[in-house]
Amino acid sequence: MTQSTRTSQLADSAQFDYPDLNLSIKISHFIQETRALTKRLFIQLIRRPSTLIAGLVQPLMWLVLFGALFQNAPDGFMGTSGQYQKFLGAGVIVFTAFGGALNAGLPVMFDREFGFLNRLLMAPLVSRSSIVVASAIFIMSLSLLQSIVIISTIAILGAGLPNGLGILLIMAIVMVLVLAVTSLSLALAFSLKGHVELIAVILVTNLPLLFASTALAPLSFMPTWLQWIALLNPLSYAIEPIRYIYQHPDWSLNAIAIVAPWGSVSLIGCLGLLSGFAAVSLYSIQPLLKRSLG
Amino acid sequence: MSIAIDNRHNEIHSKTSDNGVNSNEIAIVIQNLQKRYGTIDAVKNVSLEVRSGEIFGLLGPNGTGKTTTLRCLCTLVQPDQGLLEVCGISVTQNPGAVRQRLGYVAQEVALDKMMTGRELLEMHGDLYHLSKAQQTDRIEFVLTTLDLLDYADRLIGTYSGGLKKRLDLAAGLLHNPQILVLDEPTAGLDVESRQIMWTLIRQLQQSGTTILITSHYLEEIDALADRVAILDRGTVIASGSPQDLKKSIGGDRVTLRIREFTPLSEASQVREQLLKLDVVKSVTLNEFQGNSLNLVVEAQSDVLAQTESNLNALNLPLFGISRSQPSLEDVYLAVTGKCVSESLN
Repeated sequence: MTQSTRTSQLADSAQFDYPDLNLSIKISHFIQETRALTKRLFIQLIRRPSTLIAGLVQPLMWLVLFGALFQNAPDGFMGTSGQYQKFLGAGVIVFTAFGGALNAGLPVMFDREFGFLNRLLMAPLVSRSSIVVASAIFIMSLSLLQSIVIISTIAILGAGLPNGLGILLIMAIVMVLVLAVTSLSLALAFSLKGHVELIAVILVTNLPLLFASTALAPLSFMPTWLQWIALLNPLSYAIEPIRYIYQHPDWSLNAIAIVAPWGSVSLIGCLGLLSGFAAVSLYSIQPLLKRSLG
Repeated sequence: MSIAIDNRHNEIHSKTSDNGVNSNEIAIVIQNLQKRYGTIDAVKNVSLEVRSGEIFGLLGPNGTGKTTTLRCLCTLVQPDQGLLEVCGISVTQNPGAVRQRLGYVAQEVALDKMMTGRELLEMHGDLYHLSKAQQTDRIEFVLTTLDLLDYADRLIGTYSGGLKKRLDLAAGLLHNPQILVLDEPTAGLDVESRQIMWTLIRQLQQSGTTILITSHYLEEIDALADRVAILDRGTVIASGSPQDLKKSIGGDRVTLRIREFTPLSEASQVREQLLKLDVVKSVTLNEFQGNSLNLVVEAQSDVLAQTESNLNALNLPLFGISRSQPSLEDVYLAVTGKCVSESLN
């Protein structure tokens, strides 16, 4: 493509017909647009680091305050170990990642309200999925950083450190959960009326899902009806395998992490269910991306 | 490349498939466009054609469907009905190809205040898949053209309104679109920024860009546009070149102010008298201008002298009288029944 004059560039872009792109050009364009959108999110984060700082401080406060709250709980109350912080660690890792992913739709919603999203939608993106992928990469990086900080902190607090493979599996679980929840949050950002509605949904989802999961207390501690809800809650399927890895240094992928009335779920089974959840979320957002957003 | 002025009045619809810019080629076709929001007809029935290389002005009171029409054209809103084509490509069937060719600068600026101007432009370059070398070239070009070089590396949050508007336009121009759609590009701008915009719009036309523009400043459209369409309540009520439209409403315009603020009774009395004159076609009272009288008179008549003698006979003073050829504002007033300042409220 020559760029000697503007008019020649104009003619070139006219011949450059969109649907006939071959696959390798499509992929390189997709990478280019995704990288640009991701870069923007990181620029915002670095120039306005308050969300990053809050995101790192909050899980530590959970650990310290909740840990202190249940310090004198009777022995055996929280699983087999007497150490509540060890028990709580898994919940805090998951809940922190979940909270971050749930908020992923907010910047997109503000872009929509400020007309910035229209600018993105006006661009000849190869796929609007690049908007979703950019958000997912951004939130995943944040969650990764948060998880590392939490894992190090509970190690210092005496909960120990899983082996290398264990840490890898924990990260995999967190990433899959983040992917699923990020796409749900973006789906909300594309379909709800405005940021007020989105914040309302986030508020009404966030804490109830925490309390209706095994983050703070084991299944055995719950009344039957709450057990049912906790077992339908995807968060439990992220928390329990992580907790198992923490409590059983000799864990294996086939070890049973959750015993539900309808059957037992292994560590790898939990990861499978979460992957299914992510696939459904990613699939459900596709029609919303194609729709024009008036 | 310039448009062939002598062809301007021929309504030839020649749809050529090649990409060469030619004066008879139609750049934008909008036929029977309809868009409803709930029970509100945002666009009832809009049809218009924009030829390659021309500046086309879209006028009309607020809430009359201009922006919705533009949003449908720019693939942002799915129309309920109607045919939309850009460079012969269907907007609804092949939005991707249309997006490549269009630059749309909305009424509200769409910028990220946490980025610098250059970072924002680089992002746009990536979204339009320009190579690094193309980006460097084009960013340099748009920054220079819009006189933004000094501000390129500052955060957009620190920009003034005029700078933001210019950067927004720069982003819309970055991929060198064949067709540029500008929604109120100069609304609320200072004189300097407006001057830069005007110069740029003319430059772009000279380099072959087709421009569809809306504005509330009729003198701006009068000066810039080759042709205009006036929208009211979701339909096109008049279209043509500004010259033709002005000619079509005919006569000269006389504005008569008896006093700075004329009592209604006096104004009505004079109106009755003036209507008796053969050369006076119509007299409208303009309450927004202290009950001045707006007369439509036959061209080349001695209406000024006749008016003065009428006032003398009635023993009334004369605060001011002026005569002019019809302006686009008069056209607007004649077809919409409203003056622009009125329809803005």
